[in-house]
Amino acid sequence: MSATLLIARRELGAYLRSMTGYVIAAAVLIINGLLFNAFALGGPDKLSAEVLSLFFYFSSGTTIIASVFISMRLLAEERQTGTLVLLTSSPVHDWEIVLGKFLSAFAFLAIITLATVYMPALIFVNGKISFGHLVAGYLGLLLLGSATLAIGTFGSALARTQVLAAIFSGCMVVALIVCWLLAKVTERPLQDVFVSMALHGKHFPPFQSGTVHLRDVVYYLMVTYIALFSATRVMEARRWR
Amino acid sequence: MPSMIEVKGLTKYYGEHAAIHDLNFAIDRGEVIGFLGLNGAGKTTTLKVLGCVLLPTAGQVTVDGIDIARDPHEIRRRIGFLPDTPPLYSDMTVGRYLTFAAELRGVPGAEAGKAVAEAEEKTATREVDGELISSLSHGYRQRVGVAQALVHKPKLLILDEPTSGLDPVQIVEMRQTIHLLKGEHTILLSSHILSEISQTCDRLLVIQHGEIVAQGSEQELASSLGGGGTIEVEVAGPSARAIEAARTVAGIGEGTVLREGDGIALISLQGAPDLRPKVARALVQNGIDLLRIDRGAARLESIFLKLTAGPPQ
Repeated sequence: MSATLLIARRELGAYLRSMTGYVIAAAVLIINGLLFNAFALGGPDKLSAEVLSLFFYFSSGTTIIASVFISMRLLAEERQTGTLVLLTSSPVHDWEIVLGKFLSAFAFLAIITLATVYMPALIFVNGKISFGHLVAGYLGLLLLGSATLAIGTFGSALARTQVLAAIFSGCMVVALIVCWLLAKVTERPLQDVFVSMALHGKHFPPFQSGTVHLRDVVYYLMVTYIALFSATRVMEARRWR
Repeated sequence: MPSMIEVKGLTKYYGEHAAIHDLNFAIDRGEVIGFLGLNGAGKTTTLKVLGCVLLPTAGQVTVDGIDIARDPHEIRRRIGFLPDTPPLYSDMTVGRYLTFAAELRGVPGAEAGKAVAEAEEKTATREVDGELISSLSHGYRQRVGVAQALVHKPKLLILDEPTSGLDPVQIVEMRQTIHLLKGEHTILLSSHILSEISQTCDRLLVIQHGEIVAQGSEQELASSLGGGGTIEVEVAGPSARAIEAARTVAGIGEGTVLREGDGIALISLQGAPDLRPKVARALVQNGIDLLRIDRGAARLESIFLKLTAGPPQ
């Protein structure tokens, strides 16, 4: 088994053995369920597709927040407890450490995200939605989660403690979300820059309404790549300090 | 065949501060080397560089003939590193943790079980194989730390303070473990416990303010400092008479009274431990009741204190 998969397997096991992992999973499912019941199902009558769209909208918020909390421990906790030395003194490249950590967090987030599938299933049973809409929405959630987790991994590589990691990651994620608001108060060409950088406002709504655009997929993959690349560089730089 | 470790002009800066400066030393294959120094002298930094955890600012380091700057990945396959705090995942059982460490260092999955069993055998951790690391005592945690360092059978073992925080019984057990590993691996270990270094290591490297101030066997260091060792004698009667009698032996230098009271004196004499029979005869011939004679127990301590007595740079 490659070093990346070994690290990912160990880390996923750590999530599943820790109370924190279950607290995050429970919180996401409870909040998602409450929002779904109160806002997606509640209020005036809606089309099934609108209900599903609202479900993905609320889920995107909990996915972002959960990603920040899931990823804060990845490297910062290891540095705090001194276990990172086991990895850095082994014949493993820094990118393998970062990728292994990221994959474990992504797998954990995917498990939580897929555990929400009972809500769309309720709409599916009681209304009429397309399977494509469902797949597009979940693809969007996983891509959004991937980008946010990668930013979180970068924050965790920068910080010495988990709390600092969550603050760093939270700031970076909020900055990318706020780009959408900045785009509304600026003019071109700056507006185009902000629009293209917006983590949620620009790139997630198409998934939410069941449409998959290649540009949105590429955007989330690019954010993931750049954040993981930066985290690797931080790890490499620490060997020189 | 090249030395296991060759260090030339090794320097490591943290910002403006030089943690180690222009270190030069070599370690042959199969040697057990003790790395001595006060806190902040640069021991851990040096060990981290040799363990490929940190990269040097300047200088050349080769391990098993491989340059650390050119191929650190290859060197990491050949070393086992125990940092000052054992890198243990407290949520794992000992067996699973060691299997993870073995596979991470390139031991194939099918052979990992055997490698783990051997490492547990050497470090006497077999009986805690199924226990969670969080439930282990400090002594066991240190031993599991050593086990992870040797599970992939590295040529070089780097142990930073392996006896840190252990009680006397655990120190003896750890010393026995290191004795068992002698011959199979080249071992570089640092410790604050001088008696442990004295009993375990073939040679000493003494570091002070980031520079190597002495290297050699304990005997060589004692000789180079002009002491040639010490002899400790316990006599009944006044210490002055005993010192005077002992100094009639050629090769015996100054005597220091370590303790005196109730008619009994404990004296430390400068001189090679080989002179003990002559000193004993001289004392008896001068009518002094000799209660005990031994090699100086505090010999390494005094060498260490002399070497590290310089002012900070």
